[in-house]
Amino acid sequence: MSNSMDDVAANAQALFIIGSNTSEQHPVFGTMLRRAIRKRGVKLIVADPRRIDMTDFAMMHIRQKPGTDIALLNGLMYIILEKGWEDKAFIEERCENFDEFKATVMQYPPEKASEITGVPVEQLYAAAEIMGTTKPMAVMWAMGITQHIVGVRNVMTLANLQMLLGNMGKPGGGVNPLRGQNNVQGACDMGGLPNVYSAYQPVINEEVRAKFAKAWGVNSDQSSVNSGLSPKVGLTVTEMIPGILENKIRALYIMGEDPATSDPDSAHIRHCLESIDFLVLQDIFPTETAAFADVLLPGTSFAEKTGTFSNTERRVQLVRQAIAPLGESKPDWQITAEIAKRVIGDQSSVTRKIDLDAPWAKWEYKSPTDIMAEINALTPSYAGVTHARLEKGERLQWPVLNAEHPGTPILHTKAFARGKGKFMPIDHVPAPELPDDDYPMILSTGRVLYHWHGGEMTRRAKGLMEVYSEALVEINPMDAEKLGVNGHKTLRVTSRRGSIEAEAWVTDRVPPGMVYANFHFPEASANELTIAALDPVSKIPSFKVCAVKVELVK
Amino acid sequence: MQFWMIWLCKNNFLTPCPSPQGRGGKDENMPVNITINGTKIEAEAGQTILDVAHKHGFDIPTLCYHKDLSPTGNCRMCVVEVKGGRFLQAACVTPIWEGMDIQTHSPKAIKSRKTSLELMLANHPQDCITCDVSGECELQDLAYEYQASAPEWGSKGTRYPVNADPNPFIRVDMNRCILCRRCVLACAEIQVRDVWGVAKRGFEEQIVAGAGMTMLEARCESCGQCVAYCPTGALSNKMNYGQARAHQVTKVTTTCSYCGVGCQFDLLVKKGKVIGVSSNPNAPVNGMALCVKGRYGYDYIHHPDRLLKPRVRRYLLEGKAKGDIRKSNIESSSGDWDWVETDWETALSITADKLRATRDSSGADSIGVLTSAKCTNEENYLMNKLARQVIGTNNIDHCARL
Ligand code: SF4
Ligand code: SF4
Ligand code: SF4
Ligand code: FES
Repeated sequence: MSNSMDDVAANAQALFIIGSNTSEQHPVFGTMLRRAIRKRGVKLIVADPRRIDMTDFAMMHIRQKPGTDIALLNGLMYIILEKGWEDKAFIEERCENFDEFKATVMQYPPEKASEITGVPVEQLYAAAEIMGTTKPMAVMWAMGITQHIVGVRNVMTLANLQMLLGNMGKPGGGVNPLRGQNNVQGACDMGGLPNVYSAYQPVINEEVRAKFAKAWGVNSDQSSVNSGLSPKVGLTVTEMIPGILENKIRALYIMGEDPATSDPDSAHIRHCLESIDFLVLQDIFPTETAAFADVLLPGTSFAEKTGTFSNTERRVQLVRQAIAPLGESKPDWQITAEIAKRVIGDQSSVTRKIDLDAPWAKWEYKSPTDIMAEINALTPSYAGVTHARLEKGERLQWPVLNAEHPGTPILHTKAFARGKGKFMPIDHVPAPELPDDDYPMILSTGRVLYHWHGGEMTRRAKGLMEVYSEALVEINPMDAEKLGVNGHKTLRVTSRRGSIEAEAWVTDRVPPGMVYANFHFPEASANELTIAALDPVSKIPSFKVCAVKVELVK
Repeated sequence: MQFWMIWLCKNNFLTPCPSPQGRGGKDENMPVNITINGTKIEAEAGQTILDVAHKHGFDIPTLCYHKDLSPTGNCRMCVVEVKGGRFLQAACVTPIWEGMDIQTHSPKAIKSRKTSLELMLANHPQDCITCDVSGECELQDLAYEYQASAPEWGSKGTRYPVNADPNPFIRVDMNRCILCRRCVLACAEIQVRDVWGVAKRGFEEQIVAGAGMTMLEARCESCGQCVAYCPTGALSNKMNYGQARAHQVTKVTTTCSYCGVGCQFDLLVKKGKVIGVSSNPNAPVNGMALCVKGRYGYDYIHHPDRLLKPRVRRYLLEGKAKGDIRKSNIESSSGDWDWVETDWETALSITADKLRATRDSSGADSIGVLTSAKCTNEENYLMNKLARQVIGTNNIDHCARL
């Protein structure tokens, strides 16, 4: 998020939520927004094919067809330009490439946008008016924007919108992606990505490699396959697992992830995992992926370890150990360090040489505080984030540039990271798989309030299961009637990749022609159906749109 | 009889206070000079007596008031004596005015508080001895402080069903309710869900979900905000009911393991076990607010499915090659693919040997590392270091995309 949650709640005059089921997926932020709407009369626009709970609080619910966000946003920006509601001074001073962008937007007059999105022209005008005349407006989105083949382009289009309106770098404005899992932000910040070290330092940058090579005691170039730091961008999870069948990947070390449940096209994923030479899985439960593992290492839950999580607004917060690790389980950092030491092995006999006298080469951590010291030294945006400061109650949002720096609650206040904000001309691209005669409906997937991700944790929480105990497929009353669904009926939903059976929830939360399913329950996981088509840049799968057919079972 | 007493008390005491303008009509930005217990204070205009008293360290007891919620002024615990006033004033709703002279603990105020408490206790079951929130109950603390007990004539019967609502997380026992309305406001103002309301009047007055339905039917999201703000045991937590009282638990402040909002709360620990979660008012992002997963989704921690010992497949211990073991084993049940629990050393050295051998024979890029959005920054950093320094590959990712 470019802005903090409390800043958005306190200062925004308008809110635009697109592709985020905020009150179910980021519930407490959802209630902060509801409070802002009730107490301060903030105007909310929700753009979502589903009638999510936030629409109860919205001034306007735009129900665009799934996968048509770019056409919608370009159509809105067309009207904003037509009416002269853009922030001319901001565009002039802070941005570039406006003309090229404008030429593209001019291809989306309201009538055309309406035709692609199914949103009435009058509603487009009304929404553009709210956006153009109510400032600042904060934009929030989540997986509903990114989990498309055009995810990155969707995000750029939202940035275009906020630059056009001059809502960047201001309290109550900004571009605010809501990160899903508790520490997705931190996993990215810490270099858990194939293209960057911690703090997004690119692996293809020679200087960066030289810095890490020196710190970690390895060569900065790869003179042979097994020496030095790789200058090549690695594979994403959505490439690694299929890569097993191509013999690109022979071994996997997985910590606390469950690709057999969370990845698209589950049947194919299982087939891949069956073929791996060696899979070590470190987790707290024997998840679906455990069936394919050769070694299972018991990690611990958050209650049994110390460290930090970084939330969606870049706020780094302490996790404190409350109880001893259960049984013989160990905190994950200890396990990783033990494996690392053993792989490094006796340096006189191994092929990969590591100079253990280099400043940060060793793996002798007494506690996560020691690890944080290493992070401070090598990660500019976390340079001043220490356990001691957090323990004292300091509230830190990165970048925290040094031990005295107070952190950065709002990004881009004076300039964008790259200098000027660049408008990107972006065109609508249809989803990779659209309904046809054989698979006439659209499936969209997501989560529900009472469950979390693959459900590994929440399916083991008794009360949560009491309230929401099985996979439900949401279907519109009109479609339900055609299928003869009334009362407790089971539906079979089939895509080109697989089939699930689950109870129908007849509701106008979904529009006609669309069904919605979640992936919290392995026995009826939506990912049996989803398509592994990836965004070409982010490699994020297109979870939000695929074609299915729906039948009544009983 | 009781009905009349309550009615009398309420209506007498609730005489609206004069507005600040009514008393001299001073400029809004001018400081207001007041006196509390003989101390002269220059205060900002527009505050209540309670605001000023708290700011300057004077104790005034409260019950229905909570700083996060709109004041309603209905419990009468915060009454203070204002010189020249006909009635005691409820400090939480009475604005200050120029020249106000306040006694927080005059005999009249103390007597009134005691009477208010006795009236509440008259309609409160005398079951503190088995009540879950005993020790963190605000009614109990005040009754103790003012040495108030249920009057002789008090109704001691049970008027409502105990554990009256099927919500799996929230235990409702309206016999213990003192009608402070904090739950109503917490649901309306913090959660913005409007589940609780007040039905009927007088002795019959009660707190109900929706139009007298179950909480979930009234669209409750089971966030537990109403429980967190309830000063008594009327609303309490079902999952750990009867497991521990306040003084029997250790609280450890930590950060939620579910979503990216990053709420903080206290884990309640008893004898090495996490038995609950409670709001920590100092949480930077969320204050007292939590969602159902954060507040009530903790029991996975001690779920019997937890992995407690390392496991390896039998074929690894027998030095066999993997080959088709996995597939053939399912058909032949030779046991080669069975799990065997081992010590850490065995599991770690098998893992390290396999990773090293794969790297040396097939190249570093034949290994993939999946790190975790559920693990800490420190752990993620180490996975990044392991992939890049130890193995030599950039094949590292996690489920940010999923
Ligand atoms: S649990 Fe939350 S939603 Fe339910 S009644 Fe209480 S405050 Fe309202
Ligand atoms: S249930 Fe609790 S919070 Fe609600 S009115 Fe009764 S005592 Fe007050
Ligand atoms: S309590 Fe709920 S909203 Fe807060 S971090 Fe946990 S899951 Fe997210
Ligand atoms: S605290 Fe002031 S009336 Fe209840």
